[in-house]
Amino acid sequence: MKYVDQTLVHKRMNSRVLKNNILKQVFLIATLFGLAVLAILIFRVVTQGIAWIDWNFLTGKLSTFPEKAGIMGAILGTSYLMLIVIPVTLIIGVGTAIYMELYAKKGKLQSFIATNISNLAGVPSIVYGLLGLTIFVRVMDFGNVVLAGGLTLSLLVLPIVIVAAQEAIRAVPGHLSEASYGMGATKWQTVKKIILPAALPGIITGAILAVSRAIGETAPLTVLGIPAFLLPFPEGIFDTFTALPMQIYYWTLDASLVDEYAYLAAATIIVLLVLLFILNAIAVIIRNKFQQRY
Amino acid sequence: MTTNSGSEKKSAVNVREMIAEKKRKRNFSALTEKIIPILLLIIASISILTTVGIIYTLLSEAFEFFKRIPIWEFISGTVLKPLSQEPEFGLLPLLNGTIISSVIAMLVAGPIGIMSAVYLSEYASEKVRKTLKPLLEILAGIPTIVYGFFAFTFVTPVIRAVFPAVEATNILSPGLVMGVMIIPMIASLSEDAMTSVPNSMREGALALGATKLETTFKVVIPAALSGIISSFVLGISRAIGETMIVTIASGSSKNFTFDITQSMQTMTAYIVEVSGGEAPAGSTIYYSLYAVALTLFVFTLIMNLLARYVSRKFREEY
Repeated sequence: MKYVDQTLVHKRMNSRVLKNNILKQVFLIATLFGLAVLAILIFRVVTQGIAWIDWNFLTGKLSTFPEKAGIMGAILGTSYLMLIVIPVTLIIGVGTAIYMELYAKKGKLQSFIATNISNLAGVPSIVYGLLGLTIFVRVMDFGNVVLAGGLTLSLLVLPIVIVAAQEAIRAVPGHLSEASYGMGATKWQTVKKIILPAALPGIITGAILAVSRAIGETAPLTVLGIPAFLLPFPEGIFDTFTALPMQIYYWTLDASLVDEYAYLAAATIIVLLVLLFILNAIAVIIRNKFQQRY
Repeated sequence: MTTNSGSEKKSAVNVREMIAEKKRKRNFSALTEKIIPILLLIIASISILTTVGIIYTLLSEAFEFFKRIPIWEFISGTVLKPLSQEPEFGLLPLLNGTIISSVIAMLVAGPIGIMSAVYLSEYASEKVRKTLKPLLEILAGIPTIVYGFFAFTFVTPVIRAVFPAVEATNILSPGLVMGVMIIPMIASLSEDAMTSVPNSMREGALALGATKLETTFKVVIPAALSGIISSFVLGISRAIGETMIVTIASGSSKNFTFDITQSMQTMTAYIVEVSGGEAPAGSTIYYSLYAVALTLFVFTLIMNLLARYVSRKFREEY
């Protein structure tokens, strides 16, 4: 007596294998769909904008005539923003990570801070904009200047730096710090001279990723009330400013009136994407170069 | 003899000095050891201060708003006319816009994200995976303003070429583009969940004669379900909080409608529109910003907590 009907199995086997093979292709197409959109997006932006990028565009001031407009003000504004974001996030981010990984006692306070950080990472960026508007622009009365924008963006990307720094510190092997203690070094000496230098590549990679997130952020800046049309270049952190994403935003809005503004927006997007690409390439190089040194 | 004892005396003095100096140094270093943890704790508490700051500003300003507009009128109001002579502040048009755009986004990102995750984790060879995954992650790194530009200047015209009834600003196009933006997030998190399913379970299914497809759907996905669901919830949270794409491509119509070919405003886009100028501090419309932001904050917070709860509570341990 046979429990398994071989003919039935053979009959069904083909359709099961066929289904598997078909769906495999469907899954592949789904994966490629995202990449196809990415390709269209980049192709579209480059074909629209590349002709508008010239020396005058990169170094010129804004203008009411699209063909004369330049984005130097936005480039400077973005650079000044990063001058604030980089040191602020590095100091607070690395400090928090050191505390969480090396000093905090495992307990309620530590897990409270950890939960808090992961919740902050999920807060929409526009809410950070309102926080910046209320605290930095209104209460501290900075006005809509580089400092207010920079601090707002710093708070926004802080969780990224903290988590990256925590992971980098955790990855430093324990025998290194044990050797340091064995030589009679104190805790802070060990942190300063052994753990931090060893964790540095990871920290820098995280910081670069955070900075590239901050460079592209638009929503918090729109809330701060950045002027749409600003001729003078910012000269310090207490000046009003515009930034690359803000410029893209305003030009995209104007594109419904005059087509040329869409091309200006596309040209600015190319500049922004090139900048992000360079930053990410640096992060990848650092990660690969220093990976698994121990 | 005399010279010898002299030098001894001298060296004895030196040793004493050295000891004193060593003590001073040790005191200093002991002080640093005490101060550093306190300093670090202060730095670490900045992240808590940020949360407190967000909650305090939202609550206090929203409270001011609810003094003028009763909270029930805000939540159940279907008319939003902040700038008219007799302003009305109903949340429902914004809530509706937010939910509809998020649903459209998830209809794109959910299936495509999970299919990408299945392909990357179950079907792709190691080499293919290592090329495709970073490429997919580029999508996640593109600033949202660029997606907004893309939705407004490319996707909307394409949709309108096929369906002329669609308006120049509509909720459909930003919803679709937002979906593309969220694909890598869902794909990456779901793939992590699927990869962490132990191989022995796959081998068991394959040894019983299951095809790869059956293994995936009957063994791997059920085992990784908590991670997959939490990636969906995080995706929804991301869609709710997304600002620039909807601000640019969906316009600022505050109509309470379910017609996706029309312009709708989301909560985030309302905040951008109102804070972008015409709201003098102290006016009701200014305080309405905070009431809307508070709603937004509560929604995303619930989603994020839910995602963490799901992935912890229902995780299958192997």
